[in-house]
Amino acid sequence: MSKKEIRFLKTVTAAAVLLAAAPVSNAMHIMEGYLPGGYCIAWGVVCLPFLITGFLSLKKRIQSNRKSLTLIAMSGAFIFVISSLKIPSLSGSCSHMTGTGLGAILFGPAAVSVLGIIVLIFQALLLAHGGVTTLGANTFSMAIAGPLVSFGVYRLCRRAKVNQKVGVFLAAFLGDIFTYCVTSVQLALAHPSENGGIAASAVKFLGVFAPTQLPLAVIEGLLTVIIVIGLSSYAGPELKAVGFDKGGKAHE
Amino acid sequence: MSKNTKIVIVLLVICILLAAIPVLVLRDAQFGGSDDAGSQMIEEIDEDYVPWFTPVLENLIGGELPGEVESLFFCIQTGIGVGIIAFFMGRFVERKKWMKKTGAE
Repeated sequence: MSKKEIRFLKTVTAAAVLLAAAPVSNAMHIMEGYLPGGYCIAWGVVCLPFLITGFLSLKKRIQSNRKSLTLIAMSGAFIFVISSLKIPSLSGSCSHMTGTGLGAILFGPAAVSVLGIIVLIFQALLLAHGGVTTLGANTFSMAIAGPLVSFGVYRLCRRAKVNQKVGVFLAAFLGDIFTYCVTSVQLALAHPSENGGIAASAVKFLGVFAPTQLPLAVIEGLLTVIIVIGLSSYAGPELKAVGFDKGGKAHE
Repeated sequence: MSKNTKIVIVLLVICILLAAIPVLVLRDAQFGGSDDAGSQMIEEIDEDYVPWFTPVLENLIGGELPGEVESLFFCIQTGIGVGIIAFFMGRFVERKKWMKKTGAE
């Protein structure tokens, strides 16, 4: 990573921090203006430690082995592609996937938070998708909570000697689902239902997201398996450099 | 055809089916975004809630982003991603061929 790139990353991170903390915020995304100010700030603050850890872990990884840069770029690019595809679902509405599973499996959840927030900023500013006020909340659901689950599930699968491809699929699939669960809870916390409170409200939001998201999470899982197959056939040295060998153990 | 190639093809076909079937089966559906469904749900639960912030870009151009322009931005996003992945994948594939030829691996 060149100095310029590092500076870019730093700027992006700093900007994210400012945006999350400033009284302006808009969020897979929770829509701009749909979370009260206090929540926007709170979620932004919750994200900070993850982003900082992620940034440091990426930096360390690149310093110790420049080869990992290509895979970091590809994981980021994978999030770009996957989260830009709006796919029709059986519920009659469209949604898109997160794409964070690959990065989580290869680099751990903290690193993905940095990659994810770049995508979220892109979408919030240019697409009015998600938002600047809800950036913190969206970062937490898509770039932190989801990847954490993916990472955990993948490690569990490896330990349980589950077939590697199945492990990758489950990790990406569950990470995607969990992202939307967290989004529902975030919305419910800010908008509790009059009768039934937060729980009832969370169930309602889940009811909106879940039927749409389930088939998409399957697609996301399959696509992640495909890219992992591609990488393990052709990018052996790089995978080894980040501690992911084809026998398949991801390490911190 | 290697085992992996077969797996990849089968998986791709499943993906395409999963995405195509809803459109073919649900002829009357709008296929709006589920994010919007989320905002409708908020309005239902919390009738008095008024979004307190509008997207920066919408403020800037004083209205919603035209649909075509929005799809342009989405294409740019996809394009950036695919470009990076394809570039590195291409290098990897060539490198493997080259390494086989020189017997480096």
